[in-house]
Amino acid sequence: MRPILELDGLTKTYASGLQALKPTTLAIREGEIFALLGPNGAGKTTLIGLICGLLRPSGGVVRVAGLDIVEDYRRARSLIGLVPQELATEMFETPFAAMNFSRGLFGRPPDHALVERLLRELSLWDKRKDRIQTLSGGMKRRVMIAKALAHEPRLLFLDEPTAGVDVELRRDMWALVRRLRDTGVTVILTTHYIEEAEEMADRIGVIDKGRLILVEDKATLMRKLGSKQLTVQLQERLEAVPEALARWRLTLKDDGHALEYRFDTQAEENGIPALLRQLHELGIGLKDLATEQSSLEDIFVSLTRKAA
Amino acid sequence: MSATNLNWRAIAAIYRFEMARFFRTAGQSLATPVITTSLYFVVFGAAIGGRMGEIDGVGYGAFIVPGLIMLSVLTESLNNAAFGIYFPRWTGTSYELLSAPVSPFEIVSGYVGAAATKSVILGLVILATASLFVPIQILHPLWMIGFLALTALSFCLFGFITGIWAQSWEQLQVIPMLVITPLTFLGGAFYSIDMLPGVWKTVALFNPIVYLVSGFRWAFYGNADVAVGISLAATLGFLVACLGVVWWIFRTGYRLKP
Repeated sequence: MRPILELDGLTKTYASGLQALKPTTLAIREGEIFALLGPNGAGKTTLIGLICGLLRPSGGVVRVAGLDIVEDYRRARSLIGLVPQELATEMFETPFAAMNFSRGLFGRPPDHALVERLLRELSLWDKRKDRIQTLSGGMKRRVMIAKALAHEPRLLFLDEPTAGVDVELRRDMWALVRRLRDTGVTVILTTHYIEEAEEMADRIGVIDKGRLILVEDKATLMRKLGSKQLTVQLQERLEAVPEALARWRLTLKDDGHALEYRFDTQAEENGIPALLRQLHELGIGLKDLATEQSSLEDIFVSLTRKAA
Repeated sequence: MSATNLNWRAIAAIYRFEMARFFRTAGQSLATPVITTSLYFVVFGAAIGGRMGEIDGVGYGAFIVPGLIMLSVLTESLNNAAFGIYFPRWTGTSYELLSAPVSPFEIVSGYVGAAATKSVILGLVILATASLFVPIQILHPLWMIGFLALTALSFCLFGFITGIWAQSWEQLQVIPMLVITPLTFLGGAFYSIDMLPGVWKTVALFNPIVYLVSGFRWAFYGNADVAVGISLAATLGFLVACLGVVWWIFRTGYRLKP
């Protein structure tokens, strides 16, 4: 199946000489949720801006559903919805009017039933006649999402969708994104919140200093790059890690009451049985054992450090 | 680009959106120029005009009507169109305009079309107000409408350009306050340039507003400081120049698309 979005050597260098995006090639599958992770200034918003027509590419090609965004910009753009990072709304208008305006801009005929459905889904129906300036920040964010969905896009960009919103609203947004995916909409989101990507994404891209470092299925990424950690709670305090345990490179924790062992989830043998045997032979009594998988955040930090 | 390829719904959406803003603030939009015009008539028509003789066979009160209309139409065209495009840039909502399947022609048609409509409405309201104070005749009504529409259109394009150029509210006011208003006052709105001494008459001919006011006044009374053909050519020339700048803005993405 043809990707919904294809980038081929897309690059952006500003007039100042800053190369905000190095040549980037990427394919996004229809119906997936793709999370783009990266620190501030990594190039996430530049990438989105180039695809959506807010910036002029310095090189490369972007195709949406096979349509070149320059040569066939009308058809290509009509498939894209964008919710930018900054809260930017028509503050003196009502959500209802703002959505109708958006729909008209994208060349779609009025559809009050659709507008009503979206407003209800986003819990904005009661506020449809209120001026947007009177709404809370979270509601304004939802108005922006409603506007982006007003023309029924197949590809939705959410640039930091939950920045500055409370936990409850964040959960609502996640639920909304999943519902959109269920209706066939492809969602590309950028986020600082690793848990957001971990919670929602099917695939993850990591971008740093304008370079797309990695693109991987979330599960594969966690499996490939994730490490696990075994913590052994000891019955008695140890002064130091015994010489006989050196090969496991253990760390003494909890003021000598625990041993920490990090192991690779991909390794054929993780060394745990041998470690436990050795502890037994040394007469070191165990009180408890716990394992913990490294989070996407750990992986992200490790990747961006490597890139630096 | 053919008419069937145009995104008419986008043009209509922008146009309706802008007109809705005008009608939402219709009181302010129309009351201010009506009150200002009335004051001009009190001062220039009654207080000063009574002491002035006729100019080219037209009473002074009636003589200044075309100039007063032009004064308001020029400044309002400039302000409306500049505000129309500057406001979404300032609030950040221009992202939607840039990411929508809309061509530069459609964007300009929507914004400039709405701003020009407002200016023409305003011009007609001022004309109606003026007719309450002085008897007005319009010898060439079609030309009058034509000059009004052309002037509104070309200055709305100019306003659109300033709205894109401006990077602050202060800059947005620079052109109307420091350029257009003085040029309008020196452009024969309140006098015939024939009344100026020799050198100043020549200098005045470098003021583009002279041609607009002169052509517009000719449509009313059949008298003009410069030949009507030259006025029309100057207005069209200004229109074409503005279209050229707008074309360049969209071609280069100047201050819209880095």
